Amino acid sequence: MIVVYADHDLGILDPLSLQAVTAAKALDADVQVLVVGADGRSTADELGAHGATVVHLAVHDALTDYTPLAAARAAQQLVTELSPQAVISAGTPRGNEVLAHLGALLDAPMSADTVSITLSASGDHEVVRNRWGGNLLETAIVHAPVLLATIAPHTVTAVESPESVTMREFTPALDPIDTAVRVIDRTGGGGGGIGLADARVIVSGGRGVGSAEGFESLDQLAELLGGAVGCSRVVTSAGWRPHSEQVGQTGTKVAPDLYIACGISGATQHIAGCRSAKTIIAINTDKDAPIMGFAHYAVIGDLHSVMPALVEATRAAKG
Amino acid sequence: MNIAVCVKRVPLSGGRWVLNADSTDIDTESSFLGFTLSPHEECAAEAAVQLVEANGGSSTVISLGVAESAEQIRDLLAVGIDRGVVVETDGTEWDPQATAAALTEQVRAGVPDAGAFDLVLLGTEAADTADYQVGIRMAHALGWPVVTNVKGLTISDGVARCERAVGSHREVYEVALPAVITVKDGINIPRYPSVPGRIKARKKPIDTVAGEHPAPRLEKVRLELPEVEERSATVLGTGADAVPALVDVFRQIGVI
Ligand SMILES: Cc1cc2nc3c(=O)[nH]c(=O)nc-3n(C[C@H](O)[C@H](O)[C@H](O)COP(=O)(O)OP(=O)(O)OC[C@H]3O[C@@H](n4cnc5c(N)ncnc54)[C@H](O)[C@@H]3O)c2cc1C
Ligand SMILES: Nc1ncnc2c1ncn2[C@@H]1O[C@H](COP(=O)(O)O)[C@@H](O)[C@H]1O
Repeated sequence: MIVVYADHDLGILDPLSLQAVTAAKALDADVQVLVVGADGRSTADELGAHGATVVHLAVHDALTDYTPLAAARAAQQLVTELSPQAVISAGTPRGNEVLAHLGALLDAPMSADTVSITLSASGDHEVVRNRWGGNLLETAIVHAPVLLATIAPHTVTAVESPESVTMREFTPALDPIDTAVRVIDRTGGGGGGIGLADARVIVSGGRGVGSAEGFESLDQLAELLGGAVGCSRVVTSAGWRPHSEQVGQTGTKVAPDLYIACGISGATQHIAGCRSAKTIIAINTDKDAPIMGFAHYAVIGDLHSVMPALVEATRAAKG
Repeated sequence: MNIAVCVKRVPLSGGRWVLNADSTDIDTESSFLGFTLSPHEECAAEAAVQLVEANGGSSTVISLGVAESAEQIRDLLAVGIDRGVVVETDGTEWDPQATAAALTEQVRAGVPDAGAFDLVLLGTEAADTADYQVGIRMAHALGWPVVTNVKGLTISDGVARCERAVGSHREVYEVALPAVITVKDGINIPRYPSVPGRIKARKKPIDTVAGEHPAPRLEKVRLELPEVEERSATVLGTGADAVPALVDVFRQIGVI
C-alpha cells in the first residue's frame, strides 16, 4: 500500500498531485491519499477517479490554511497506522516541503524530484532522480523501510483509473508547535499582462540585449504576438528586468509554443527552464553559442538590428 | 543578530556536462567553467549582509565540502559576510541527512565571543542535488521553526515576516526567531564584490573543522546524461535579411 500526500490549495487540487497518484498506482493497486484541511474534502472525487481507494481527510480546528509541519504530522500518523511501503507526493514546493518534514520526523531519507521508483521488500529502494534541474539523472539507493519520494513534475501523465473511494475523516494529534508556521495572509495576485508560465509565446532576452532600454523591441514583439517577455539571470542580476521574468533552473520553467532567445548563450541552467518549448528560435551574434544545439531555427546577427526590423515586419504581416 | 548562511560549492558547466569514466561524478576537468554557488545561496548571503547592516550583529558562512570551498566563502566575505567555516570532506558526497547534521553542529557552536545564532539562511534547494530538505532537517534538529521558498523577508522585534510566491499571489508567514529560513533567487539582487571588499576579505577568518562522514541513507550509485534530441538549428539567415524567413516561421507555427 502506498500513501500519497495530495497538494491542494483551499480545496483546489494541484494537477501534479494526480500525476503522483498515477505514479503510485504503478507501484501498488492500493493507493490511499492524505488530504489535509477540511476544505480539501472537495478533492475526493477527482482522487477517486484517478485510483485512490481511501481518502484520509485530516481535520483540525487549528488547520485553517496550509500548515506544512502539521501536514507532515498527519502523514506520520498514517505511516504508523497503515505501514505503507512508500509515501509519495508531487514535486511541488509544498510536496517537497511536507515530505522533507516527514523525513525529519521519521529520521528517514527522502528522494526529491524523482523520475522512477523500484520498491524493494528489503528496504533498499532504487530511485532515479533529477540533478541540475534535469540536466543529469542520478540513480540512488534509499535505505529506509518506508520510501519517501516526491515525483518530478510532468514525468508521469495522470490517467483515470476509477475506484469507489471511501472518505475517512480523522483528527491528527497536533502540538501548538506543529501549527506555528502557517499561511497567515495572502497578498498580491491579479497583476496585468500574460503570466510567463501560461504564455504561448515568450520573447526572451539575455546579456546580449545590453540594457533595460534594449528590451523595447522585445516588449513590442511580445505584445504583437500576444506573448510575454522572459530573460536570463544575467538580466535580472543587472536589474534590467524583474526576477518574475527569469526563465531557468532558479527562475520559472516554461513550455510555450514559441520561445525566442535573443542574446542568450544557452547555459544548461537557462535551458533547464525552456527545453519544453515546442519551437525555439535563437538570435545571436555567435553561430557557435550552445543555444544552437537546442534551437530549431537561428538568425546569426546583432539583435539590435534584427529585432526592430522583425517588429515592423510582424506588424505588417498582421495587417 | 547573528546569522549563519549555509552554501555549497558546485561545478559550473557551460553547454554540456561530461561524466567521469565510471559515471559516478561530473568530470570537472573537461566540462567545467569553474566552481560557483547556487543563485539561491548567493541571495541568502546578500540577505544576511543586508540584515546585519540594518540591525547590527554578525554573519557567518558555513560550507561542507572540499577545502577549496574556502574560495566561494572568500567571495562572500568580499561582499560583506564577516567570517567563514569549512566543514572539510574528502570530496565524497554527503547525503542531506549527514549534511544537515554536520551543519547543525556548527550552528550550535555559535559565534566565538558573540554568542548564539538567531537565524540560519539557506537556499531552498542545492544547485546540483536539489534535495529540498537540508534546511528543514536542520530546523528539526535545532528545534526551531522553518519557512521555505522565501522571496520576501523583513525582520522586526524578533519576528520574521516571510513571503512566498505562489502563482500570481504571495503567501505570508510569520515566525519568531531563532528560526531557519530557506530563500529563493530573486529575493534580492546580490551585490558584486568591490576591490576594497576583496582586500578586506583577505583579513577575515575562515576556520576549518573536520567532518565525520556517516554512511549515506540516500546513496548515489551513478549518474547519467538524459537522452536529449540532438539538434542543430536551421540557420534562417544573417542579420535583418533573415526577417522575412522569421515571419514565415511565425506563420507556419501559427503565432500570427
Ligand atoms: C545553479 C545555477 C542556477 C542558475 N539559474 C539560472 C536561471 O534560472 N536562468 C538563467 O538564465 N541563468 C541561470 N544561471 C546562470 C547561467 O549559468 C548563465 O550564467 C546565464 O544563463 C547566462 O545568461 P546569458 O545567456 O544572458 O549571458 P551570456 O552567457 O553572457 O550570453 C550572452 C549571449 O549573447 C550573445 N550576444 C552578445 N551580444 C549580442 C548582440 N548584440 N546580438 C545578439 N547576440 C548577442 C553572445 O554571443 C552570447 O551568446 C544559473 C547558474 C547556476 C550556477
Ligand atoms: N554541503 C553543503 N554545505 C553547506 N550548505 C549546504 C550543503 N548542502 C546543502 N546546503 C544548503 O542547503 C540548501 C538545500 O540543499 P538541499 O536540501 O540539498 O537541496 C542549499 O541551498 C544550501 O543552502
